[in-house]
Amino acid sequence: MSAGVLFDTPGPRSRRLYAVIGAAGIVILLLILWFVLAKLDDKGQLTAAKWKPFLTGEIWTEYLIPGLIGTLKAAAISVVLALVVGVLLGVGRLSATKWIRWPSSVIVEFFRAVPVLLMMLFAYALYGHYETFPPDQIALAGVVTGLTLYNGSVIAELVRSGVHSLPKGQNEAALAIGLTTPKTMRLVLLPQAITAMMPAIVGQLVVVLKDTALGYIITYEELLRKAEQIGNYKSNLVPALIFVGALFVIINNFVGLGANKLEQRTRRRGRSAGGPLAPDQIDQAAVAVAAASANQAYTGEPGA
Amino acid sequence: MHLISELFSDYPIFGAFKQTIYLTLLSAVFALLIGTVVAVMRVSPIRVLQLIGTGYVNIVRNTPLTLVIVFCNLGLFIQLGVAVANKSSDTFIDTNNFRLAVLGLSVYHASFVAEAIRSGVNTVPLGQAEAARAIGLPFLKTLRHVVLPQAFRGAIAPLGNVLIALTKNSTVASVIGVADSSATMKDMMENRPDVLFVTFGIFAVGFVILTLPVGILFTSLSKRLAVKR
Repeated sequence: MSAGVLFDTPGPRSRRLYAVIGAAGIVILLLILWFVLAKLDDKGQLTAAKWKPFLTGEIWTEYLIPGLIGTLKAAAISVVLALVVGVLLGVGRLSATKWIRWPSSVIVEFFRAVPVLLMMLFAYALYGHYETFPPDQIALAGVVTGLTLYNGSVIAELVRSGVHSLPKGQNEAALAIGLTTPKTMRLVLLPQAITAMMPAIVGQLVVVLKDTALGYIITYEELLRKAEQIGNYKSNLVPALIFVGALFVIINNFVGLGANKLEQRTRRRGRSAGGPLAPDQIDQAAVAVAAASANQAYTGEPGA
Repeated sequence: MHLISELFSDYPIFGAFKQTIYLTLLSAVFALLIGTVVAVMRVSPIRVLQLIGTGYVNIVRNTPLTLVIVFCNLGLFIQLGVAVANKSSDTFIDTNNFRLAVLGLSVYHASFVAEAIRSGVNTVPLGQAEAARAIGLPFLKTLRHVVLPQAFRGAIAPLGNVLIALTKNSTVASVIGVADSSATMKDMMENRPDVLFVTFGIFAVGFVILTLPVGILFTSLSKRLAVKR
């Protein structure tokens, strides 16, 4: 955060001014909230009858929990498969053999350029047409295929940049003690690269969880689809969508927090392993790391 | 080749991609506007504005885009009666859905734009803002004349990523009936299940053609415009 750089510690006059602007901000926010609530109330969306259902066991056992399970199941299967695909493709892109490197690169670039939704629609149509999966599993298979292909190629890029970020000596030392190139990759480079990239990989989980909602479009029974069903059953669609949205925000915030924690831990460890640094070096290193991680955490491609 | 030209004459593939491009460009403009405001709020000295900005980013970034867009249509329009087009117009439903999709896409991607710009602010060295303050510029002028111009140049690569993601994410608009590329592809796959691979190929290549130049352009721009330090 360089926010502290942009302004001085406020003096009495600025403090008064800031307080006024801050108060105005609160007033505007409250006005917007009031307007939204008034609009909701006007359309009868705030009645107890529309919100009570979320307190009943029936809505949870029949809709919300099955929806959550659907969302988490698709996300979990996709993450495991994407890790496998990602490590294979990432190592493939680093391979010394042209015939492995080129196809891997083309696959990664292709699946990063094509929207996840198109892959899901295609996989869904494909499995439906060739009856590859039992009818009740086609939607899940479609969601998982789309998520795996896209996130697999994202993880492949993470693995690749992780290996590139390692000091050059690692590779040379491993070869010098007589390890073969594949063994160097497997025993020395890959474990370190994956550890370094772990926060970003966990961060990608948020994208996977959000993208499962695309399954709604191919009739997969996940949270958003369940929200719509609740809305039809209790005629409280707006509250149901808001409620499920809040569920997503809470879950994803937890995952995001986990990614941040992991990142702080890796950073601490990374610094202590680097040996003692002069004070000004520490500052520079910290700034560089912070800028890099800010870039990584927030400016990776936002999923749908 | 005969098959491909047949598909192109039977289905409005070019029109669908035109819709995708419109959606993308309009949403990109609005997302940039909203995102800049949110980023400025987050780096401002006023605690309340910081909190509002952070709240916006944290909530929107963690909500699925599909939910946002479904809410725009089923929630805003059908349940709450918020219309964003002229009701007496013949193309009311289409225009309304299109604009609601633009609204959803802009609001969603604005949070990523805000984070990209904030990471751009992080690339501006401390001394710059200190110097600006030393010559007596207040916060907003420091931001406008010294920090933001450099921040935008530093944020070009991540902004490019957001634009590419926005291009791809615009396909979600099909969920509320916008006749974009994904809607057309779905239509084709339902009617011509015999040529699934060809259909997917056409649309996949379309997106490669749309996103690849953007990636190359923004990478070269970010190199050319980066402030050399």
